[in-house]
Amino acid sequence: MHKEESKEKVFLGFWIYMMTDLLMFAVLFATYAVLKNSTYGGITIREIFDPPFVLVETLILLTSSFVCGLALLFAKAMDQKKTIYFLAATALLGVAFLGMEIYEFSHLLSEGNSYTQSAFLSAFFTLLSFHGFHILVGTVWITILLVHIAMRGLLPSNIRKIRLLGIFWHFLDVVWIFIFTIVYLLGGIL
Amino acid sequence: MEFLFGRLTLGALPHEWFTIGGTVFMTLAMIGVVAFLTRMKLWKWLWHDWLTSIDPKKIGIMYFIVAALMLVRGGLDAGMIWLQQVMGASSGGYLSAQHFQEIFTAHGVIMVFFVTMGFLFGFMNYIIPLQIGARDLASPFLNTLGFWLYVAGAILINMFFVFGGEFAAAGWLSIAPLSGLEYSPGVGMDYWIWSLQISGIGTTLGGINFIMTILKMRAPGMTLMRMPIFTWASLCSMVMVVIVFPLLTATVALLNLDRLLGMHFFTTTAGGNAMMYTNLIWMWGHPEVYILMIPALGVYSEVVATFSGKRLAGYTSTVIALNAIAIISLFVWLHHFFTMGSGANVNAVFGISTMIIAIPTAVQLFNWVFTMRKGRIRFDTPMLWFLGFVFTFSVGGMTGVLLAVPPADFQLHNSLFLVAHFHTMVIGGALFGIFAGFSYWFPKFTGIKLNERLGKYAFWFWIIGFWVSFGPLYILGLMGAPRRLERYDSVTGWQPLFVVSLIGFGIICIGTAFLVAQIIVSIKNRKKYADLTGDPWDGRTLEWSTSSPPPFYNFAVIPEVKNRDAFWEMKKEGKRIKSKYEDFEMPKGTATGIYIAIFAFFFGFAMIWHIFWLAIACALGIVAFIIFRTFYENTEYEMKAAEVEKVERMR
Repeated sequence: MHKEESKEKVFLGFWIYMMTDLLMFAVLFATYAVLKNSTYGGITIREIFDPPFVLVETLILLTSSFVCGLALLFAKAMDQKKTIYFLAATALLGVAFLGMEIYEFSHLLSEGNSYTQSAFLSAFFTLLSFHGFHILVGTVWITILLVHIAMRGLLPSNIRKIRLLGIFWHFLDVVWIFIFTIVYLLGGIL
Repeated sequence: MEFLFGRLTLGALPHEWFTIGGTVFMTLAMIGVVAFLTRMKLWKWLWHDWLTSIDPKKIGIMYFIVAALMLVRGGLDAGMIWLQQVMGASSGGYLSAQHFQEIFTAHGVIMVFFVTMGFLFGFMNYIIPLQIGARDLASPFLNTLGFWLYVAGAILINMFFVFGGEFAAAGWLSIAPLSGLEYSPGVGMDYWIWSLQISGIGTTLGGINFIMTILKMRAPGMTLMRMPIFTWASLCSMVMVVIVFPLLTATVALLNLDRLLGMHFFTTTAGGNAMMYTNLIWMWGHPEVYILMIPALGVYSEVVATFSGKRLAGYTSTVIALNAIAIISLFVWLHHFFTMGSGANVNAVFGISTMIIAIPTAVQLFNWVFTMRKGRIRFDTPMLWFLGFVFTFSVGGMTGVLLAVPPADFQLHNSLFLVAHFHTMVIGGALFGIFAGFSYWFPKFTGIKLNERLGKYAFWFWIIGFWVSFGPLYILGLMGAPRRLERYDSVTGWQPLFVVSLIGFGIICIGTAFLVAQIIVSIKNRKKYADLTGDPWDGRTLEWSTSSPPPFYNFAVIPEVKNRDAFWEMKKEGKRIKSKYEDFEMPKGTATGIYIAIFAFFFGFAMIWHIFWLAIACALGIVAFIIFRTFYENTEYEMKAAEVEKVERMR
């Protein structure tokens, strides 16, 4: 038991890691804020912003966060089957979000609005794909975790991994809320 | 062919005197090392006992070795700069402008990233677990990974000798738009980008690990306010690392996106904003110099207390001062570009915040002086380095306050006055701290005391050489000599001062030779200089309670701490640490860190040369190794009490 307790320090380390990640996002948000009007005669955020589309993206991510929380609850109740189902659902929702984001990007690129067109588009693409990259990492992580659980069951180490994943996944949700607000809503209104 | 090798062509192979020289030297050195290891049949020993070791003491020593090698490399660069500046009157000299710029860029990057950071991480690895009464770091795996990423970065930065033959020429921070594709089209800038990215990630991992270690692994009874000052200083420094290194990673990544994908963050066209780069990079760059400085302040606090035979005066105010320096230094970055035109009010705010840092620094200085007051001072080498630091650092601090005044800065910026100022700080502060720490803890590392006489020679040559070489630079700066200038008109009258400066460099070289001789002589006569007590200086903190060098598990029994200067109190009470041994767990060695770093190295190399298939393969390799590692549960083994007793009996 003592050994398991000593593993709890992983959480402190993981939270610090999350903060470093957040600071990288902070740089990208700051550059976006500086460059958002540097459209160089090209497309602006107003023309990109499609409210229903972005709302669906947001709802998918929020749902995935909820499902991820349920998975942890079932893991704590030692219900392996439901844990696996809900983790898989989290990953699928992540994939769905990624699919929508890729669709949005390819749509922009096909109309000639590439990230090389203007400083605004560079900042826009970079901020969003950095978030998308994190979602990708999260889904890969869930996949590996599912293999772990299927192989070895709900060991304390696996429950700890689900808790860490939860921190990561909810964090991405929070970042998305900021993207939704600062990039889309403020950009669409102002 | 382009798919296979990207930008890499035969023309990239060495064809100039310095690239051929560098390549030949590195190849010969490698052949020599390989031949030596094969002949002495040391490969197995090297791999098992050192390279795959997760013992922070061994990783610390490996940090020292890499950092010392890089110090030689950076020192050679410095010599080449000095020589060119002496010869540069009336457009003379032996270096082209481009080559000169590459040299001062490499000199700065190497000295900051791979020398000073390397030495400090070495000290922290070795000393922190011993000072807080721990057997290991919080995450031994992250530690070895961070170290090997640092090595990968260090090797990558030297690879330009062999492939490409050019290095970045835009200064150590590669200010945009000069560092953009338009003005730096070659691979030199990409070498800068990727060696910084790889070693920077290693530094961030190290920062997270040390914070976890210090906050979670202290011996029972060691509250935060009982921690030795070096540990406190390291904690402050590492907190700054995790705050600012992500900014570096993100900023350099954006620069790379500009160069690789044609984006427009810092370009001069399509709405890019080059001034944003200057802001972002200095938001990291200024705290970075404090990251180097603060652990050195911690070393001095240990040294002055030990060699005065007194408890450190004003422990609490020293801790507050360290924290204050760490926090305020995050809010001063703009003083590096007062002339950029942010407006008088912004400049005033940053000028004042810069001057405020002088207050906590002075608090420390007074605490050291009060520690020495009425103390029984022993003038051993570590103490000499400390005293040299007090003098040098005070002068550097005063010129710093001068530069913090925006109107004065308008006159002095980009002059050699600035160069002299920051060398006073990093040599007189950080490097003297490294020397002080090295001579202070060397008996702990090896069980051998260093030859005092040679150490004192080294100190005197260094400090005199330092002032002979950098004193003239202050005067030159006031005479209007700009920095980073390789040729000038002889009517300026600068040449005599440059000559004096070069003589100073020669004196420094003699000092360095004495340092090397000191280590060789001491190790050769190790019987004569042996220290069997483990406590040669009458130390005060827990690292001196172990044998020298300490056993791999540091403490057979975790000590219980009742006060500050825990070991001193134990000695005063005359209590030996109880020897009732228990079983405990120790981490196993692992080579995963090395493999990941090898992949990271080739990933960086592939990105520099646009060999994208190799980059993708390496990225997948890294992911595969991380996933493989998650399936590997038994990372620890049990250390039995009987075994511990056996090792302890051999002491």
